[in-house]
Order: sequence, then C-alpha cells, then structure tokens
Amino acid sequence: MEIVLFYIAGSVSLIATTLVVTRTNASHALVYLIISLLSIAVIFFMLGAPFAAALEVVIYAGAIMVLFLFVVMMLNLGPGSVAQEIAWMHPRMWIGPAALTLTLFFELVYLITTQTAVTSGVPVSPKAIGISLFGPYLLAVELASILLLAALIGSFHLGRRYMRSRREETE
Amino acid sequence: MNIEFEYIMILPVLLGAMLASALLVWWERRLLGWWQDRLGPNRLGPFGVLQVVADIVKLFTKHDWVPPFSDRVIFTLAPTAVVAGMLMGFAVVPYGPGLYIIDLNIGLLFFLAMTSLAVYGVLLSGLASNNKYSLLGGLRSAAQMVSYEVFMGLSLMGVVMLTGSFNMSQIVEAQRDIWNCIPQFVGLVIFLMAGLAEMHRLPFDLPEAEHELTAGFHTEYSGMKFGLIMLGEYLSLILTCAMTVTLFFGGWLGPDFLPPLVWFSLKTALLINFFILLRAAIPRPRYDQLMSMGWKILLPLTLLNLMVTGALALWMET
Repeated sequence: MEIVLFYIAGSVSLIATTLVVTRTNASHALVYLIISLLSIAVIFFMLGAPFAAALEVVIYAGAIMVLFLFVVMMLNLGPGSVAQEIAWMHPRMWIGPAALTLTLFFELVYLITTQTAVTSGVPVSPKAIGISLFGPYLLAVELASILLLAALIGSFHLGRRYMRSRREETE
Repeated sequence: MNIEFEYIMILPVLLGAMLASALLVWWERRLLGWWQDRLGPNRLGPFGVLQVVADIVKLFTKHDWVPPFSDRVIFTLAPTAVVAGMLMGFAVVPYGPGLYIIDLNIGLLFFLAMTSLAVYGVLLSGLASNNKYSLLGGLRSAAQMVSYEVFMGLSLMGVVMLTGSFNMSQIVEAQRDIWNCIPQFVGLVIFLMAGLAEMHRLPFDLPEAEHELTAGFHTEYSGMKFGLIMLGEYLSLILTCAMTVTLFFGGWLGPDFLPPLVWFSLKTALLINFFILLRAAIPRPRYDQLMSMGWKILLPLTLLNLMVTGALALWMET
C-alpha cells in the first residue's frame, strides 16, 4: 500500500516539475511548482519525517511560493510575456540543460544500483530535529540566522532610501 | 484508534462543518441585526432559520458566469482551494477524548500548513480574474496573510513549549490544571488577531473592502463559485475558533455534568459569537495601519512572549 502511495506521489511530483519548466504562462508554472512541493511533502511524510513534511508545506508551499505569486501579480504579466517565453523555448535551448540533467541522472542510476538504501524509514520526531538543530548543528543555525538578519537589514535600508527619495519628490 | 473509526469520523465532521457554516450565515445576520437594533432575516420558518435554505437555493440556481477575459482553469479551481484547505484543517481538531479524524504528532503544524495553503484560493482567484480590483484585493490579501501567518505560528509556540508537544490531544490534556488562556494570555490575544487577519473578516477584511475595491478578489465570482468562497470564509471562522478553544480554552475539558463534545461545541459557539460581535463593534483600520501594527507591535510582542515563556519553562524545570 505504502509503496503504491510513494510511486503516486513521486510521479505527480515528476510530472508537475516537468510542467513547471515547460509552461509559458508564469502563474501556471507556479501552480505546478506548488503541486510539486506538496507531493514532495507527501514523500517526506511517508519516509518517516512528518516534521520536515509539515515545514515543506508551511514554508515552501505556504510562504515562499506565495511571495513568488505575489511578484508575478505585481509584474502583471500579460500575453506579451507568454509570447516572449514561447520564443525562448526554442528546441536549441534544451541542449545544455538536458546534457547536465542526463549527467546527474546517470549518476543517480549508478548510485541506486550500487548503494544500499540510505532511507531506512526510521520515523524522526520533531523533538529529535530540535535537539540535533540546537546541538551538533548549532553553528549552521546561527550562520543561517545571521544571513537572514543581514538580508532583513539590507532590504530595510534599501526600502528606506527609496521612501526618502519619494518623500523629497513630493515635497 | 483503529483505521475504520477514523474513516467513520470523516462524514460527521464534514457534515457538521458544512451545516454549521450554512447556519452561521443566518445566525450572523440575526445577531448583527439584534446588536444594531434591527430585525435581520426573521420571516422564513421559525426565527428565520429557513433563510439558509433560500440562500442555498439562490446560490445554486444563479447564473454561474466565467468572465471571458479570465484564466478559466485557475478561475474555476481557486475557490476549491479555499474550502479544501479549511476542511483539511478540521482533521486534526480533537472534538472529545478519542474523537478525532487523525491524531498526528505534528497536529498543530498541520493546521498551520493547511491554513497557509488556503491563501492560494484568495491569491489565485484574484490573479485569474484578470480585473484590477481583484488583482489589488489578491495582492493585499497575500501581504496581509503572509505577514500575519508569521506570528500566528509564533504565538502558538508558547503553548507548544508549555505542553512539549505538537499533538492536539496532548495539548488539551496538559490543560487539566489550568487553561492555557491564563499563562499564555498574550499568545491568545495575538493568535486571535492573527486569526482574524487570516480569515479576513471585518474588521480586517481589507482584501475585499467594498468601499474601495468593489468586492476585492471575488469581484468576478458568481453563483456557486462565490458560494464556495463564502463557505471557505465561514469554515475558516469555525476552524479558527475550534483551534483557539483547543489550544487556549481547554478543548473538550469541563465539569462532568455535560459530555466533552458538548463542552467543546459550547465553547466554540461562544467564541464564534465573540468574533461576530467584533465585526459589529470595531471599525476597519487603514491598510498601512494594519501592516505596521503587525510588524512593529505584534511581532516584537510575540517574540517577547516566546522568550519569557521559554525562560519561565526552563526556570520551573530546574
């Protein structure tokens, strides 16, 4: 039963991800990306990582993709951008990415055929994740939060300068 | 808990949620009428209850128009995202001891995930309508819901700290001695405000503020698609109230003379009435006021609450 569910979720995510790349309408591509993230969350859940699955939905599908969609709405892309995208989707464009992806694919096939399964399917509780995040990986957590803080201060600074110039214009 | 029982629970929960949200349409209008010194719908059936049936018949028989300039597929799918996300959220609510659809060990995160997915209904319907009022409404709601989601999650972490679990049943059990609304009062207030912004009801209904945006993201919707959006809003009201009761007001706990399910329903109903009263009593803030209050007051307050709770929890342990 579980293996069937795994293959369903896996094929949904593969199809959705392919469609993300090939869609010419940006909002459709984003909807497929959301579907792809949700199916990956299902896979996480079945591998025994419910916490990672929940965070995948809350953070990736629920927050980051909302911001992507937000930007697409602000840009207000019309039929013009679809036409541009179609022009970009020239068959020759696919050679480079396809070659790189194939390299990765062969590596993956080699690893799957030679290595034993790395995912033993041991359920990981939220508590265990917290303990390892604030134990052995504390430095990585702190570095990531410093990076986020820097981004926050940077965007605040840029926004303030923009607002000041706007204010001077109106005065 | 065997699997069959979980399947049996799905139907009553679905029916109950749908029926309650249908009744709420009438109940809200009646209560608002009473508080504003007018009658409200009181003609059809006893106290006007059958008004619900009339409304549903009207919604089903109305012309369901899809604007030719819209993105048809997304336009049609968007309202279902609202309802589906909210209905999924009901799966983790414990209605009584052992009365739940699923007892996830990440129950609280599951609820947050499902409410954050419901944002897409609003966003995509605004985008697919291809109409400037809808687009602006969608943009506003995206900004509002994403901002308030941040401390909606954070305000609940105090409860999680006191319980030591994301599991909803354990959170209820941990409130046997004292309900979380007392030690986590700040968390409760912030959660209520964030919940109000998440379900974008009055006074935080800026995504659809009618005096400036016609009807916001659902301007182009008609017939049953509009009905679904409204259903989603009422479902989110019920879900937020049920969650508040579970997390802060002891869930199904209560004196023994009433069964736990009744206690749970009573508390939820009381809280829903409170939200309706808020709608009648408080005017709508300006959009920038709403956003700056969120980021400049509520977020620091949530972090402070989290810090104090964590420090106290550590102090009590040692």
